[in-house]
Amino acid sequence: MSNIVIRRAGLSASRPAVPGLVLVAGLAVLAAVPGVASEYWLSAVLTPFLILSLAGLGLNLLTGYAGQLSLGTAAFMAVGAYATYNFAVRVPGLSLLADLVLGGLTTAAIGTLFGLPSLRIKGFYLIAATLAAQFFIEWLLTKVNWFSNDDTSGVLSAPRLSIFGWSIATPVSRYQFVLGVVAVLFAVAASLVRSELGRRWMAVRDMDTAAAVIGIPIGRTKLLAFAVSSFVIGIAGALWAFAYLGTVEPHGFDLNLSFQVLFIIIIGGMGSISGNFYGAAFIVLLPIALSHAAGALAAIGVDVGQLQNLQKILFGVLIIVFLIKEPDGLARLVQIARQRLRNWPLRA
Amino acid sequence: MSFFLEVLVGGLLAGVMYSLVAIGFVLIYKASGVFNFAQGSLVLFGALTFVSLIERHLAAWLAFAATLAVLVLIAIAIERAVLRPLVNRTPIVLFMATLGLSFILEGAAQLLWGAQVHGLDLGIDDKPLQLGGVMISQFDMFAAATAGVLVIALSLMTNRTRLGLSLRAVADDPLAALAVGIRLPRIWAIVWSLAGFVSLVAGLLWGARLGVQFSLSLVVLKALPVLIIGGFSSIGGAIAGGLLVGASEKLAEVYAGALVGGGIENWFPYVLAVLFLLVRPAGLFGEPAVERV
Amino acid sequence: MTSLERPLPLPTEPLLSLDGISLSFGGVKAIVDISVDVHHGEICALIGPNGAGKSSLLNVINGVYRPQQGTVTFDGTGSRRMSSHDAARRGIARTFQNIALFRRMSVLDNVLTGRNLRRGSTWLEQTFRVGRASRDEAIQRRQAEVVIEALDLQRVRHSIVGTLSYGVQKRVELARALAAEPRLLLLDEPMAGMNADEKRAMAGFIVDANEQFGVTVVLIEHDIGVVMDLSDHIVVLDYGKKIADGIPAEVRVDPAVLAAYLGTRH
Repeated sequence: MSNIVIRRAGLSASRPAVPGLVLVAGLAVLAAVPGVASEYWLSAVLTPFLILSLAGLGLNLLTGYAGQLSLGTAAFMAVGAYATYNFAVRVPGLSLLADLVLGGLTTAAIGTLFGLPSLRIKGFYLIAATLAAQFFIEWLLTKVNWFSNDDTSGVLSAPRLSIFGWSIATPVSRYQFVLGVVAVLFAVAASLVRSELGRRWMAVRDMDTAAAVIGIPIGRTKLLAFAVSSFVIGIAGALWAFAYLGTVEPHGFDLNLSFQVLFIIIIGGMGSISGNFYGAAFIVLLPIALSHAAGALAAIGVDVGQLQNLQKILFGVLIIVFLIKEPDGLARLVQIARQRLRNWPLRA
Repeated sequence: MSFFLEVLVGGLLAGVMYSLVAIGFVLIYKASGVFNFAQGSLVLFGALTFVSLIERHLAAWLAFAATLAVLVLIAIAIERAVLRPLVNRTPIVLFMATLGLSFILEGAAQLLWGAQVHGLDLGIDDKPLQLGGVMISQFDMFAAATAGVLVIALSLMTNRTRLGLSLRAVADDPLAALAVGIRLPRIWAIVWSLAGFVSLVAGLLWGARLGVQFSLSLVVLKALPVLIIGGFSSIGGAIAGGLLVGASEKLAEVYAGALVGGGIENWFPYVLAVLFLLVRPAGLFGEPAVERV
Repeated sequence: MTSLERPLPLPTEPLLSLDGISLSFGGVKAIVDISVDVHHGEICALIGPNGAGKSSLLNVINGVYRPQQGTVTFDGTGSRRMSSHDAARRGIARTFQNIALFRRMSVLDNVLTGRNLRRGSTWLEQTFRVGRASRDEAIQRRQAEVVIEALDLQRVRHSIVGTLSYGVQKRVELARALAAEPRLLLLDEPMAGMNADEKRAMAGFIVDANEQFGVTVVLIEHDIGVVMDLSDHIVVLDYGKKIADGIPAEVRVDPAVLAAYLGTRH
């Protein structure tokens, strides 16, 4: 922590953490993408990238801002997917957006329930509660047929998507739909963490005994963190199933996915909004980079079939390197780079 | 009644195996304050290495020694490359580092030895014994005996030797230990090597039971509820916790599982741990954390 | 004239009244039958050798510890114990011996957390920038700035607290406490670890808080010189018991106090 550069906290400045211009530019670029990108890129890379960023955002609110470690992200994504599915299939009058919001709200309720132990259990032990959530929910969704609308195959196909007559059936329209939802939720979240609630979360994260003494209602603050985070994660789960996988099944939402989202926020930066994009980009692009490098790797004798394992090792190494060298993740590295760039003309 | 006893005893004996794994965690936690998530992968790595060496026709004792040496080297590397740089960070950060470690170990294990399931034969006949009208697996008894021997050896070592005294000093207050001249890195390396040894034994036993495969690390994850219930810092607690989890899990699976189609084992220990934490946030045997303001 | 300046004539009832407080941990008696009155607007110092029970007494006052016996009467309302949340709500703020700041947040954000009970809008309103949110935000920032300027922290207002020096951190903690516009300020060794210059500055800030912001102060401090200069009222503890209670001139010459400090062990 011997950084002599005075770090801008971002939160207290009255201008946004990511300058508006960059954000608008980023959105413009993302919106323009369908014009240039192939269908493969849209459905296999960019759409999952956006959805994973959203899942990362949800987890970041809970773990990065409020300091409550969770390994149950995938289970909550599953809840969102199944809830949205049930609303879509059982209540025919509702629009897709309403289904999504209701799915998110259901996940928020479940998330708050599994967050109750955090009122009594602190810090590291809390992972027991979220692991319980992960395994229990996975089991429940497999065993209880009502959730799957009594479909016995175990794998549900996602219903046709459409809003107000716009049929979301092509990779381009799916991408645009996801982009819209993600943009809205990110904007709201960016505003939320600058509100008093965001500050309370960070106070609870940094020292909850002191927070209690200055009057912050710890219980309510923690439960709100679970609720808001689960809302976002639930919607991410619904999008994951409907707009990416095309199917809804419990085993796609296992502990490994929870780990992946945790890695997104570690690498991207905990306690950051833009970091979720960086982390998700990493997770999505690294396997692709590796498989493109497969040719080169084969030349030095590495079996291509081992790519999965290499990837695993690489992820592990990166986690450790980031934790040691830059605990605030890629977001912080980007911030430092921008500052250097700003100072650069002035350095004689 | 005897059916109940059989299930109970079977559960208890399975619990002993959980305890073995948990003891590895406790050793490391006591010395470096870290919940080493990578323990599971260490177990897997150890078991896989041993089995692969055996399959390449190495003598059993040689394979064991070689595997142990490799595990010790890994332990020292972990201490130097991961733990030391992270020495002042919060428990959550340390936990996440061990998470990263587990990925490295798993990837490496499968990279080196392949992903198929390997059978492991320890030469123990699994003929069931009849003891007072209850059927008990011979294998389970062997595992229980091994665990007992290990625990006794460990207790003797920590309480009767100078090394053990140093270990306890480091667990209590690393800074004070430094001040009296105890060499921390050496102690940590020893502890991690011990943990590696215990992991290897646990890995071999579990491997013989389930086959040496990837899902071994999921089994090891169950050590977390064991530790939560028994407390992180005592070997006795690990045993008690293991027995409790093993027995209750089996009983729940057999009796309640019949009603809901099974699979309860997957989540029951975790829910049990959460319930325990709500009542006793420091575990059965753990020491409550005192926060000074 | 901001809302933080001192209001009108002081009432004669004590602001804070401790009656027969006894506190033990297991078998250890930390506090034995202590009764103290602290009047509005005074600076009251708690002194005594280490382990005398001073921090514990502070913890009893703002609800962190619950005494086995005795009542704490604050601003007319008595109880065995208030929760720390209640204490904060009713106007008691404090600093801690080991600095309980939010290390990963900036100075400004830390000070703003001190104002969390004075918010005029909900988080939903703030997120969507509707209703009272913008006006409330402006008010909060203005009040935070008043305190930041009073404590000379303008230059580090955006720095992350964890990167600041010890002395500055102690000032930030004081700022956070003052930002809550408290009636009663509890300071646990506010000058520990400071050199003479820093102590003088800190003493100045405490006097400012007392005179300009009208805050009653109870502080624990080891530097007797500072204590004699700063306080209106001194309470001396030893082994959990009160051995002296009066104005500085009296306490300075009290034989029991001299014995405790000069080490005639009993």
